[in-house]
Amino acid sequence: MTGRSNKLGSVGLVKTHHVELYSQEKPLQLESGATLGPVTVAYETYGKLNAEGTNGLLLCHALSGNAHAAGYHSPDDKKPGWWDRYIGPGKPFDTNLFYVICSNNLAGCDGTTGPSSIDPKTGKPYALSFPLVTIDDMTNLQKALIDHLGVKKLMGVIGGSMGGMIAMQWALAYPEWVDSCVIIASTPRLSAQNIAFNAVARQAIMTDHHFNNGSYYDQECRPETGLALARMMAHITYLSEEGLHQKFGRRLQDRDELSYGFETDFAIESYLNYQGSSFVKKFDANTYIYITKSMEYYDPFPDPATTLEQLKPVNARFLVISFDTDWRFQTSRSKELVNTLYRHRKDVTFQEFASPYGHDSFLLDLPPFQESLQLFLKRIHLEESRRGDPR
Amino acid sequence: METQGSSNELRVDLKVIADLVDNDARILDLGCGEGELLDYLIHQKNANGFGVEISDDGVRACIERGVPVYQGDIDQGLSDHPANSFDFVILSHTLQATMRPQYVVQEMLRVGKRIIISFPNFGYWSMRLNLLTHGRMPQTKLLPHSWYDTPNIHHCTILDFRDLCQEMNITIVRFLPLASTGMEPHNVIKRKLVKRLPPKGLANLVAPVAVFLLEKRN
Repeated sequence: MTGRSNKLGSVGLVKTHHVELYSQEKPLQLESGATLGPVTVAYETYGKLNAEGTNGLLLCHALSGNAHAAGYHSPDDKKPGWWDRYIGPGKPFDTNLFYVICSNNLAGCDGTTGPSSIDPKTGKPYALSFPLVTIDDMTNLQKALIDHLGVKKLMGVIGGSMGGMIAMQWALAYPEWVDSCVIIASTPRLSAQNIAFNAVARQAIMTDHHFNNGSYYDQECRPETGLALARMMAHITYLSEEGLHQKFGRRLQDRDELSYGFETDFAIESYLNYQGSSFVKKFDANTYIYITKSMEYYDPFPDPATTLEQLKPVNARFLVISFDTDWRFQTSRSKELVNTLYRHRKDVTFQEFASPYGHDSFLLDLPPFQESLQLFLKRIHLEESRRGDPR
Repeated sequence: METQGSSNELRVDLKVIADLVDNDARILDLGCGEGELLDYLIHQKNANGFGVEISDDGVRACIERGVPVYQGDIDQGLSDHPANSFDFVILSHTLQATMRPQYVVQEMLRVGKRIIISFPNFGYWSMRLNLLTHGRMPQTKLLPHSWYDTPNIHHCTILDFRDLCQEMNITIVRFLPLASTGMEPHNVIKRKLVKRLPPKGLANLVAPVAVFLLEKRN
């Protein structure tokens, strides 16, 4: 172990595991009616499952995340997992208390079966023949993983952005398994504006002349221009105007005066170009269009008349969190969810944090937010440990 | 911090409020602070509900003790909640800190079947004496802030509040002037003394705190 992995609060060196949970013979039943098999899930775990199997903490990643949430894959890694600052001994997702699980979402491109996986029927990547999957399907697949790992109960299901939708779905679909649900910078349903941003992103990808109707895996060129554009636009919506201006202002990039042409004048342009080009190296364009679609389809409470029935069995205690500068999913979207839950007498805590970082705040250092998460989960752990003895 | 509500831990005025609440009631506690009252009501009276609190410290304390809380500003109104959706809406020691007390009371009456309001009585004799002898805004244990840096911006006396109720056509179901505001003393005699209510006719002079149980006049 390196000095770094021994550092207080780090989970150290970790490994992504892969497990085939469904086969061609026993496929995963999808919400659309289609089936999918085989299905492999990539996941990581940190901390220890207790003897009763009741201290699980499931982290649900957002659009572009993966299973590698914490620690390092090798001592040479420059960066730890995507939520590393929140996971480890003494951190909010405390590995001294919880068995922390994170898996790559269904239709992902980082180890879990998705459009870039090989279709056993053709021996080629699925591409657009991959079935449309939903937030419900992603949740059901995670449930299969939880069962596989021997987890009997989740003390918390936690997710930011789209991960918050998956966390919500857990509370609805598996009420007996979920003690608490933390929904961060999220929304119960995408608004027209949210869908519009996704639609433009998909158009950027699908009109890239290398897209080839999704079958680009054996081509020399992939729809990288389109995917980079999609990411650049989305990235703007993840940051706040204030935060972006603080960081870049009107600073020029590698020059002292304006070019009076169409070269990269401003630092923000160069930054976005970098975001786009580094994203395409690690992300699959088809996954992007599938996952954005799945977010759009999610709408757990379409009809107030049925909401009562849906929420009746839900036992989870909710912590709903928003950030004041988030304009991708504004505070009002979180409140929409909070009010629906209150009206049906659910146990909900809502907190809005001041942050300069916009939608991405939940991934960054924000001590008051971290503290609330930690207090909430500690409290759940305390109460569930008391109650669950003996289960 | 272990925080199971128990009567010994509750401030006297909160205990008086808690006694006004029926078992199994749906509660909204506005300006719930650190959530002591809700904690007590949830555990001792099987209440269901949540608090609204604006301060980060208060919200954190509520989270720590497991009391559901909504971080928000009650001056913004309660428009997220349908009419009559709570059995009791409670505003303890917060009325004087609101920007628009009348609007807040009106909103409470809309969303709650009954409402409970407690506030520090500015007509209390020591307040009057303080102002008379020092000629400056009183600073007391209950209201310790200086006038230029205080959350308490709308002081009133018991008589003032009664006038408001009349103007707003509100029925006063119970009026409970309190002799004390602190924790229940351990000394038995003292405990009896603070629990004894001062005579109502003199309340505006002798009660540092008043609790009102109110409802809409039909």
